[in-house]
Amino acid sequence: MDIERAGGRGANQLRPIDCSRDVLSRAHGSASCSHGETRVLAAVFGPKAGTKKNENPEKACIEVIWKAKTGLIGKIEKEFEMILKRTLQNICLLTVHPNTTTSIVVQVVHDDGSLLPCAIHATCAALVDAGIPLKSLAVSLCCCLNESGQILLDPSKLEEQKMKAFVCLVFPSSVHSITPEESTPATTKSTEQEIITSLTHGIMAVDDYFHCVDQGRAAITLLSNILKKKMRSQSADNSSKAA
Amino acid sequence: MAAASGTNDLSSEMELDAFRRLFPLSFHERHLLESIRPDGRPLGRARDTSLSLGAVASANGSALAKIGCTTMLAAIKLEVMTPTVEAPDEGCIAIDFHMPPICSPLIRPGRPAEVAPVISKQLSDTILSSGTIDLKELCLVSGKAAWMAYLDIYCLDADGALFDAALLSAVAAFSHLQIPVVSLNDDGRIVLVSEENGGSMKEKEPVNKEKIKLKMNSQPFSLTCILHKNYILADPISEEESIMETYLTVVLDTNYQLVSLNKPGGPGLASTSSIQDCIALAQKRVKELQQILSEAISDMEVD
Repeated sequence: MDIERAGGRGANQLRPIDCSRDVLSRAHGSASCSHGETRVLAAVFGPKAGTKKNENPEKACIEVIWKAKTGLIGKIEKEFEMILKRTLQNICLLTVHPNTTTSIVVQVVHDDGSLLPCAIHATCAALVDAGIPLKSLAVSLCCCLNESGQILLDPSKLEEQKMKAFVCLVFPSSVHSITPEESTPATTKSTEQEIITSLTHGIMAVDDYFHCVDQGRAAITLLSNILKKKMRSQSADNSSKAA
Repeated sequence: MAAASGTNDLSSEMELDAFRRLFPLSFHERHLLESIRPDGRPLGRARDTSLSLGAVASANGSALAKIGCTTMLAAIKLEVMTPTVEAPDEGCIAIDFHMPPICSPLIRPGRPAEVAPVISKQLSDTILSSGTIDLKELCLVSGKAAWMAYLDIYCLDADGALFDAALLSAVAAFSHLQIPVVSLNDDGRIVLVSEENGGSMKEKEPVNKEKIKLKMNSQPFSLTCILHKNYILADPISEEESIMETYLTVVLDTNYQLVSLNKPGGPGLASTSSIQDCIALAQKRVKELQQILSEAISDMEVD
């Protein structure tokens, strides 16, 4: 049974993703990312000398500032800041620049569901643009569960509100999208992707959660390839411009 | 490897306390190799938990929860409000989590703790989405008056697993909550019926006949686990949390449905099998906590 979705999307179909780097001139690295109508702008400043209080000076410190579209900073923004900071701690090589702070400013331009995945992709692209060393990209996905346990990927705001539960997952980008395609054939699917971040809302059966994780894992390879391609095509543009 | 064996050699020469402070990670890892933790617990066991209801006399419902040294005081105050137009027959719950400087040396007066608003948000998400409280029960007169429940949780001692203790105290406070008797006066306002003047108010019909307790559907309980290499440490203390930074919080309700599974990043990754192990530990913990809560309620009723 197929479910009716706005825009004639299928249950497993993602909205169009766009990602462009180097959109701000003063920031050390910046990127803008959109998933359908959801759009986020990210800027990276740093690494600056010194860490904040109560942080380990032997490692690089990451500071995230989340700006909502409108209104004051509240608990929701603080939670996003914490999740984003801890997710980035996973993918950044923190020992390369010890005793420094890298500030990341995330500005929500429009929220139409799946905000956190969009922000994570924008931040990753901004970090790449700033030349901050990363272990891998973080690739993220939201899924929704409806009453009958059917899973919808990349929900819009309206779908998020209507559904029984939703799950937001972040994975490191799959290995064969990092290594050049020539060296590894696309069959290296032996290792399962482990989870960096998981966030859920609403009641669901434990099995349904694992179904969501499996669905997410299946979509990640495709998603990380899209993101890689977006970033690569732009660096090709830049080098041709420079030439 | 040379560095690791270097610290091992040092450990035989050094005093235990010095080794613990200088090489906290290898100190803990050597314990984990023996499947024990520095405080003598096996890896999967939570600390001793106690619960006492009615700790704050002036509140409508309150509870003091202790998991090991972590102490949380939760109190609920009820106020009458006008319900919103969208939900005319529902009350409202406002949840706030406070971390005063008394709770930890890391928190300085005047500067609010970074984790406090995050835990506060997670608590209200968990409690409201678990559906344990039917907001319709907080309604007095549809469209006119409903209860606003202010739940405030104070952390008195922050020694790890803050969310678990806070959620336990919140659930306990709700199960202790008694909705007072009120009546509608001539102006259409809600007034409290106190026990002394109950006789004089007889002519006005009370909205609710007697003090009632909220029905709670299936309460949520949580367990935080640290993931470090292949080890899973249930219910960490703050020292463990600061050394091994990857943690995962599982919230299950009494029907073992998943209410929330929260792993906010951190240096480590979670595989499906380790998540399954954490859920299994959480299921055991839900049974324990349910037992502790029902004992606390029956103790209260004897008094």
